Amino acid sequence: MPTISRDEVAHLARLARLAVTEEELDLFAGQLDVILTSVARVRQVATEDIPPTSHAIGLEDVFRDDLPGPCLTQQQALSGAYATEDGRFRVPRILDES
Amino acid sequence: MSQLTRLSAAELAERISRRETSAVEVTQAHLDRIGAVDPVVRAFLHLDAEGALAAAAAVDEGLQHGDPAASPLAGVPLALKDVFTTVDMPTTCGSRILKGWRPPYDATVTRKLREAGVVILGKTNMDEFAMGSSTENSAYGVTRNPWDLDRVPGGSGGGSATAVAAFEAPLAIGTDTGGSIRQPSSVTGTVGVKPTYGGVSRYGLVAFSSSLDQGGPVARTVLDAALLHEVIGGHDQLDSTSIDAPVPPVVAAARAGATGELTGVRVGVVNQFRGEGYQPGVLRAFEIAVGRLRDLGAAIVEVSCPAFDYALPAYYLIAPSECSSNLARFDGMRYGLRCGDDGTRTAEEVMSLTREAGFGAEVKRRIILGTYALSAGYYDAYYGQAQKVRTLIIRDFAAAFEKVDVLISPTTPTTAFRLGERVDDPLAMYLSDLCTIPSNLAGNAALSVPAGLADDDGLPVGLQVMAPALADDRAYRVAAAYEAARDATDGDPLWSRVPDLTEDRSPGPSIGTEDRSPGPSIAEVVGR
Repeated sequence: MPTISRDEVAHLARLARLAVTEEELDLFAGQLDVILTSVARVRQVATEDIPPTSHAIGLEDVFRDDLPGPCLTQQQALSGAYATEDGRFRVPRILDES
Repeated sequence: MSQLTRLSAAELAERISRRETSAVEVTQAHLDRIGAVDPVVRAFLHLDAEGALAAAAAVDEGLQHGDPAASPLAGVPLALKDVFTTVDMPTTCGSRILKGWRPPYDATVTRKLREAGVVILGKTNMDEFAMGSSTENSAYGVTRNPWDLDRVPGGSGGGSATAVAAFEAPLAIGTDTGGSIRQPSSVTGTVGVKPTYGGVSRYGLVAFSSSLDQGGPVARTVLDAALLHEVIGGHDQLDSTSIDAPVPPVVAAARAGATGELTGVRVGVVNQFRGEGYQPGVLRAFEIAVGRLRDLGAAIVEVSCPAFDYALPAYYLIAPSECSSNLARFDGMRYGLRCGDDGTRTAEEVMSLTREAGFGAEVKRRIILGTYALSAGYYDAYYGQAQKVRTLIIRDFAAAFEKVDVLISPTTPTTAFRLGERVDDPLAMYLSDLCTIPSNLAGNAALSVPAGLADDDGLPVGLQVMAPALADDRAYRVAAAYEAARDATDGDPLWSRVPDLTEDRSPGPSIGTEDRSPGPSIAEVVGR
């Protein structure tokens, strides 16, 4: 019984906005099963009462003075855009009307 | 090959500041070397000869006017990993999704290099978004190991390590999320340092796994790495995880270490990092290195860090989880590639097509893996559990550093493997990071220093030296002492024995110099 099915991989790819091909699904399902079986070893470790670490340094609430600093101009911010219109990013339609 | 390319960065800077040679001459010598050998090793994705010569000329001009040198590395050329933003050069991260992207801002590391008068020659090849251990995951073709052109230069920073090993630059910058500075250094016979997490600003370093990513120096000598470390290190308001403390005195430590004395230094050998899966020649080179440290007066102690056995699986849950979140920004809307925008498709469809065409297989695998590990129902069992293992690894380090000053191990279990050998087996690829990952998870400092050649295949081996957080200088001191002792015994430094790549030496079979992504082409996805 694999840890992850081809259908699950297809679902995850949709969640991650990856239009993967059928061939990739075949390939990734097998590879991800091998990887997941291996990394599942972390579940063998007894970790009751062990707090999780999200960050090695553990800095919290880093503040700076609320002063305006240099920032990108509108032109700079748009410089890498695929398409612009009226000084803004032009993007495809958001809603599916079909 | 011009002798200038074989000098250390420290020596070059001194000659330039004394005006015995000009920065322009030094830069030109390295550009010539790149012209001669880069068609073979392919360390660079982008070269900026004009910009580099102009930066060098500015250094020379300043010195001519009697200005003091901007830094101890003023005028010295450097190769920059293509994951740091640069306004005057593209930044691709080895990915098709950022092909030709010109960032509108410089990374803090880039800015500091420019301010220090360091001459940036160009941007180096890397595994896509720094995910990989061989540089074979680059969308722009492979880089070859100068010690053996049929072998990988390690990864993800194979371009930076190769540039330094092949005398294309005396210095390079890498980034280390799970070993991407240290492992390439190990297999190319160079020095690579992962500073304490937060020691070098991540502003402008395109994020892969934010709690692990750390920029650092690559060089041929420990002192050169230290000089570069001090140029790029230090607090930065633009990175809220940057440590607000002085840079550890790494240059002083490297100089002190080079006098060759380690009496009273306690060195711990990590029990977990040898045995099955380790190449015998690597283990024998490591034992010789341990003997040299003992001869230098260090006290050698065996140390057990049992949680390190779970570092690799914990890493391959934490890093993909963070990557799946970080790489969500590549949506084809504001910059980078956009595919399938034909006026009928929705933003979501365009996004999916863009990401499918723009990312290579390893990046997709990790995004899917991370999406899985973070999803409801699996979160506690995978991501949550990995974070607890991370705590146990930090505790193992803390306990070890109560008994010893530094920990050592081989940097990676094998010497450079053959191109293509592990591309179809992700798990085998991941094993390259076995010994380097604990220091990423715990955030402490670690470096790799060349430990001679393996006696079974004649390829470089790396000695990893790990030090507590903010005690980077300890690792430098031990590595510098070891380096001096090694060179004294061997008669010449390891880097001097790299094959001369300009001799008639044909590279192995071409492994796709264009785009080797196993995914469909952009045209196929979009159905044009």
